[in-house]
Amino acid sequence: MDKKIKVLIAKPGLDGHDRGAKVVSRALRDAGMEVLYTGIRQTPEQIVATAVQEDVDSIGLSCLSGAHNKLFPKVVNLLKEKGAGDVLVFGGGIIPNEDIQGLKDAGISEIFLPGTSTEDTIEFIKNNVK
Amino acid sequence: MDDLIDGLLSGKVRPLAKAITVVENDQPGKRELLKRIYPKTGNAYLLGITGPPGAGKSTLTDKIIANLRKQGKTVGVIAVDPSSPFSGGAILGDRIRMQQHALDDGVFIRSMATRSNLGGVAKNTVDVIHLLDASGKDVIIVETVGVGQDEVDIVRIAQTTVVVMVPGLGDSVQIAKAGVMEIADVFAVNKADRDGADKLFSEIRAMLDMVKGDIKPAIFKTVAVDDVGIEELVQGIYAHGERVVASGLMEKKLAEKAESELRAYLIDNIMERSTGLTIYDDVVKRVAAKEITPMDGVEEIFAGLEMMAS
Ligand code: B12
Ligand SMILES: Nc1nc2c(ncn2[C@@H]2O[C@H](COP(=O)(O)OP(=O)(O)OP(=O)(O)O)[C@@H](O)[C@H]2O)c(=O)[nH]1
Ligand SMILES: [Mg+2]
Repeated sequence: MDKKIKVLIAKPGLDGHDRGAKVVSRALRDAGMEVLYTGIRQTPEQIVATAVQEDVDSIGLSCLSGAHNKLFPKVVNLLKEKGAGDVLVFGGGIIPNEDIQGLKDAGISEIFLPGTSTEDTIEFIKNNVK
Repeated sequence: MDDLIDGLLSGKVRPLAKAITVVENDQPGKRELLKRIYPKTGNAYLLGITGPPGAGKSTLTDKIIANLRKQGKTVGVIAVDPSSPFSGGAILGDRIRMQQHALDDGVFIRSMATRSNLGGVAKNTVDVIHLLDASGKDVIIVETVGVGQDEVDIVRIAQTTVVVMVPGLGDSVQIAKAGVMEIADVFAVNKADRDGADKLFSEIRAMLDMVKGDIKPAIFKTVAVDDVGIEELVQGIYAHGERVVASGLMEKKLAEKAESELRAYLIDNIMERSTGLTIYDDVVKRVAAKEITPMDGVEEIFAGLEMMAS
């Protein structure tokens, strides 16, 4: 049996914009992936605990509130602390271009902005999950 | 492998999670892993939660977890959601209702997709239960997919099966013919805040009055979103468990469970060996061409297997 790619789509922080996260979740499902969606208002701690229990291959973070610079790196650091640094982390939402490099330096592999096609995200995951 | 097993037996989260992945995906090492942990299983109480889509199974599970935690019990949860028949993917959404427990060390929640397995659970659900059991969880809750009339495998897995019903899903005839009705050890009439809950409650009770079984299912009203009726429901679940033990039905249940597990692997194994035979495709073709009947085809395949064995 081919192992399915398992992805956690999570919304850290107080941001309530969940349309994008749901659109992405469905697109990944339609691409044959098993997608956990844990809803809005998750702390980085909850997201990482969930990722470890579920043994996901990848985490997609969604943030439209502007708090990405704080929340995304926190998730990456907590993963490392829990010995799960091999999980692929990427993100999307309303994120200014000038923040992207900093996020990548902090260990977020890729950022997907409004207007990018979900096909790109699917390609990215398939190419980067071990 | 040793690290994985030692870790999971001592209740560590990541080894348990990794071991579940091996088992869920039939990865190499699965047989060895199960063999080594099997002697440590059999201590957990297995609770099944089933019922129609959207009845409130996950919300109820969330509240039952909280109740069990207050009593100091550790809890493992397997939440099963359906895979898409088109893409093979799945959205695993049960867990969203249980995230208040994400940081509790005494709770381990794992989501599984059915991967086109019929019966309301995933093919390897039972093996994942063994792992949670071996890791020392006191109670293991399995939430099935939203079921219709015949996805009732949970009854062969769980010691106590809770069927969650909600008002407004159909008339009493539909209730009566639903396969899930017959498997209930305990009924929860959830969404009791809605119109029709009292009527549903009395309809189910009237139906139960006609049942002649060994142990009559108890029935409770709950409002899962508001945490109403949960204490009574959990007491009812325990009461059922105690009655099963007291009436000597436990041995029978365990034997049935063991047999159904064995049977599943037996069928898998026979299928794997059969499809591996060189004559297999040819037999299929001849059945399709109506040269031989499926029953005769089976005889040919078994003859082929015997030849391989000798
Ligand atoms: C709809 C909307 C709302 C709705 C949200 C409904 C809902 N349940 O989602 C409502 C009206 C509730 C709302 C409220 C608010 N909003 Co508003 N809202 C929007 C709006 C107009 C569209 C967002 C949207 O749904 N887009 C459609 C989806 C499909 O696109 P998306 O989310 O961007 O997702 C795509 C990509 O970003 C990416 N993506 C997103 N997440 C992820 C994750 C991964 C893993 C990947 C790979 C990709 C990915 O892929 C998606 C598909 O292409 C935007 C403006 C805009 N044009 O974006 C403002 C906007 C996001 N809102 C904004 C604000 C300020 C608010 C409020 C604070 C307003 C207020 N003062 O009350 C509140 C806060 C609510 C809350 N609790 O957080 C600001 C945010 C500013 C900022 N970041 O600095 C924006 C940008 C408007 C603006 N220009 O000021 N909002
Ligand atoms: N009014 C009311 N709504 C409830 C109650 N319990 C659950 N709900 C709501 O019913 C919806 C479905 O709840 P879930 O717990 O996800 O139901 P489920 O049976 O797990 O659903 P599936 O797993 O998709 O089959 C959610 O919107 C809940 O908030 C209740 O007692 N009363
Ligand atoms: Mg559910």
